[in-house]
Amino acid sequence: MAADGHARVAAEGAHGVRHPRLQHHFDDMEQQAEASTLGMWVFLVTEIMFFGGLFMAYLVYRTQMPDAFREASHHLDITLGATNTVILIVSSLTMALAVRSAQTGQPAKTQVGWLVATMVFGAAFLGIKAIEYTEKFRDHIVPGPFFEWHGTYPRGAEMFYSLYFAMTGLHALHMVVGLGIMTVMASLAWRGRFDDTYYTPIEVSGLYWHFVDIVWIFLFPLLYLIGRH
Amino acid sequence: MSGHVAPKSLYCTVFVTLMVFTGLTVWVAFYDLGLYSNIVALGIACIKATLVILFFMHVRWSTRLTWVVVMSGFFWLLILFGLGMSDYLSRGWVQGTLR
Repeated sequence: MAADGHARVAAEGAHGVRHPRLQHHFDDMEQQAEASTLGMWVFLVTEIMFFGGLFMAYLVYRTQMPDAFREASHHLDITLGATNTVILIVSSLTMALAVRSAQTGQPAKTQVGWLVATMVFGAAFLGIKAIEYTEKFRDHIVPGPFFEWHGTYPRGAEMFYSLYFAMTGLHALHMVVGLGIMTVMASLAWRGRFDDTYYTPIEVSGLYWHFVDIVWIFLFPLLYLIGRH
Repeated sequence: MSGHVAPKSLYCTVFVTLMVFTGLTVWVAFYDLGLYSNIVALGIACIKATLVILFFMHVRWSTRLTWVVVMSGFFWLLILFGLGMSDYLSRGWVQGTLR
């Protein structure tokens, strides 16, 4: 009984008022936020291994057929790739500022503004990706029965583009999921759910968004920039 | 909740640095550095990733436990690459001795 009373005092905090967003199994808001952040990082570690398998496959095939990979990479549009890299990094900045606006208790309008900006850049990324994919389909360099390659290494090029579509496709899927998460966050922010005392959902969504950015930071040089000289 | 609030100027500095490194990696890709091309490209990507993790993802101000979890993820990835590649790169040797 005495221990129960003790826990309640801790939960209610110094002001004696329990935060409405504090779940009963946490002592205080700080512990709750820490648990959520840690949980998100554990998920992101599984994501590292998820993408890691594809990076491993890339590494294996690139060491087996380096010349073919260079030739195949040459067909990718470096301008579109670099533009998308810039767009994603800008979206990471707006995401960081979205989290910050909640952290500092800015009005809902400001929070939603940064979130929507992040979504606009995310959508722009997917738009450019769609243009690139369309070009690949038009030029018959999508692996499968209709694959055509007028270079020295058709088999190696098909392998490169298999990895290209698997890796960028999985990345694009993560972007689509990210846009969904940001839609939910924007609607929650709009309803004034986040302030300087409670912003964990927006913080944790930010972690996811930045992770997807990091994956692209590695995909860009590995897919677009090999064998340019 | 008392999470660390980073100043806007820090986020902007990190952003500009990321942009500079993006430009650098594109620029350097047009020069033939031999084997070093890969090392430079991946080195720049690692620096960029570290900046995003430390500042945008707030790991710089996170608990030790978060640090351990983050590092363990990348450590396991290195095990995957290290053991995986030592297997693939040495397969020809084994075949040579068996036949």
